[in-house]
Amino acid sequence: MAPVKVFGSAAFTNVARVLVCLEEVGADYEIVDIDFHVKEHKGPEHLARNPFGQVPAFQDGDLMLFQSRAISRYVLSKYKTDEVNLLREGEGDPEESALVDVWLDVEALQYDPAMSSVFFQHRVVPALGGTPDESFIGESVEKLKNVLDVYEARLTKHRYLAGDFVSLADLSHFPEAHYFMELPYAAVFDSYPRVRAWLEDLFARPAVKKVVSLMANDFSG
Amino acid sequence: MNYINAHFVANTDSHNSLIKMAPMKLYGWAVSPWMARVLVCLEEAGAEYELVPMSRSGGDHRQPEHLARNPFGEIPVLEDGDLTLYQSRAIARHILRKYKPELLRSDNLQESAMVDVWVDVDAHQLEPIIRPVVFNVIIKPFTGSDCDQDLVDGSIEKLKKTLEVYEARLSSSKYLAGDFVSLADLTHFSFMRYFMATQYAEVVEAYPHVKAWWEALLARPSVKKVMAGMPPDFGFGSGNIP
Repeated sequence: MAPVKVFGSAAFTNVARVLVCLEEVGADYEIVDIDFHVKEHKGPEHLARNPFGQVPAFQDGDLMLFQSRAISRYVLSKYKTDEVNLLREGEGDPEESALVDVWLDVEALQYDPAMSSVFFQHRVVPALGGTPDESFIGESVEKLKNVLDVYEARLTKHRYLAGDFVSLADLSHFPEAHYFMELPYAAVFDSYPRVRAWLEDLFARPAVKKVVSLMANDFSG
Repeated sequence: MNYINAHFVANTDSHNSLIKMAPMKLYGWAVSPWMARVLVCLEEAGAEYELVPMSRSGGDHRQPEHLARNPFGEIPVLEDGDLTLYQSRAIARHILRKYKPELLRSDNLQESAMVDVWVDVDAHQLEPIIRPVVFNVIIKPFTGSDCDQDLVDGSIEKLKKTLEVYEARLSSSKYLAGDFVSLADLTHFSFMRYFMATQYAEVVEAYPHVKAWWEALLARPSVKKVMAGMPPDFGFGSGNIP
């Protein structure tokens, strides 16, 4: 079977999300870099893979997918085993897969916007020659704290977000968290001990460590 | 099938009658597009449910009773037995997985992946563009705030580029995930319902395949039923403020 292909550099959080799923299930995969400097992402070849001209795109035989969480679901579903069932699909408790869906959407729609806004203003805007909007950063940090209040309470009751089992919902958080910890605002997490412990647990996973090393190699590019 | 286990018959209409279930409860205000997203799925599934109305202007969603259900203080919230769910698309998936898995294509890995792709396109590409237009053009005039026209104009430009992708997709596929209707299509209805009530509807109508797809959605009985509870002004004009 030909390895599946992931299009886009590991440095991108949305690409890293897919890579950690592939690592968790032990699938054979190949990363194909897309050169943003020459606008390869907006060229016809890549647009045929991802019509929004974004990364990641994903290919398995003649199946072409985009949107990182959709790709992640496919990977975890295709390669799932009794031991590695990160969507909680199959014969088990259907309530578990519903809770995975809830917390994956919380990650996508509550956590990610707050985290990525701060990173974008603090790191990306100056790199593009602009000045960070400090008041927008302040608002984003406040939103993040409101979200983390809920996470702290949740993780006080359960070891992981969807229950006492790790799932895609947890793993989906690590790419933004990885970059956020390099910012001065990382101190926000000091007030949330259960969240900190949960993140440290995620970062200790072999699959996450592997992807973090891929992200570090690519980030300088 | 995700919901089959040793105790139940394979997914047929007799499935539901073998299980004595209390009707599900859905908390919120029916005019909310997040609420309506779930209502359409409940109607498509033919599931028994009870709508528990809440008052947004009364701040019901911020009360401790509701925060106990959803610590984010948002609606909709679904109670299904002792399972409490929030985030509209997660609720929708649960309902369809349980009652109408063909709308998720749960038994076909490639098709369900396409459903997931286009559900996320709604969440990450389309809704973030049309939501601020709906908020600025419909809601703000009623709440005494000024419409941010620059934001609306910018959103409309982004929308046109996004609609090109939809038009290309729907030119080669009857519905978004393939030649079958799915959650990917249904999830789009509720925000589009309000967008299409604005003067910017013509922007969508300029794309013939998108227009035909939209009209097909409007023709579905589930959509007609839910739309009846969604006045184009969210109820502000008639004094039924949510």
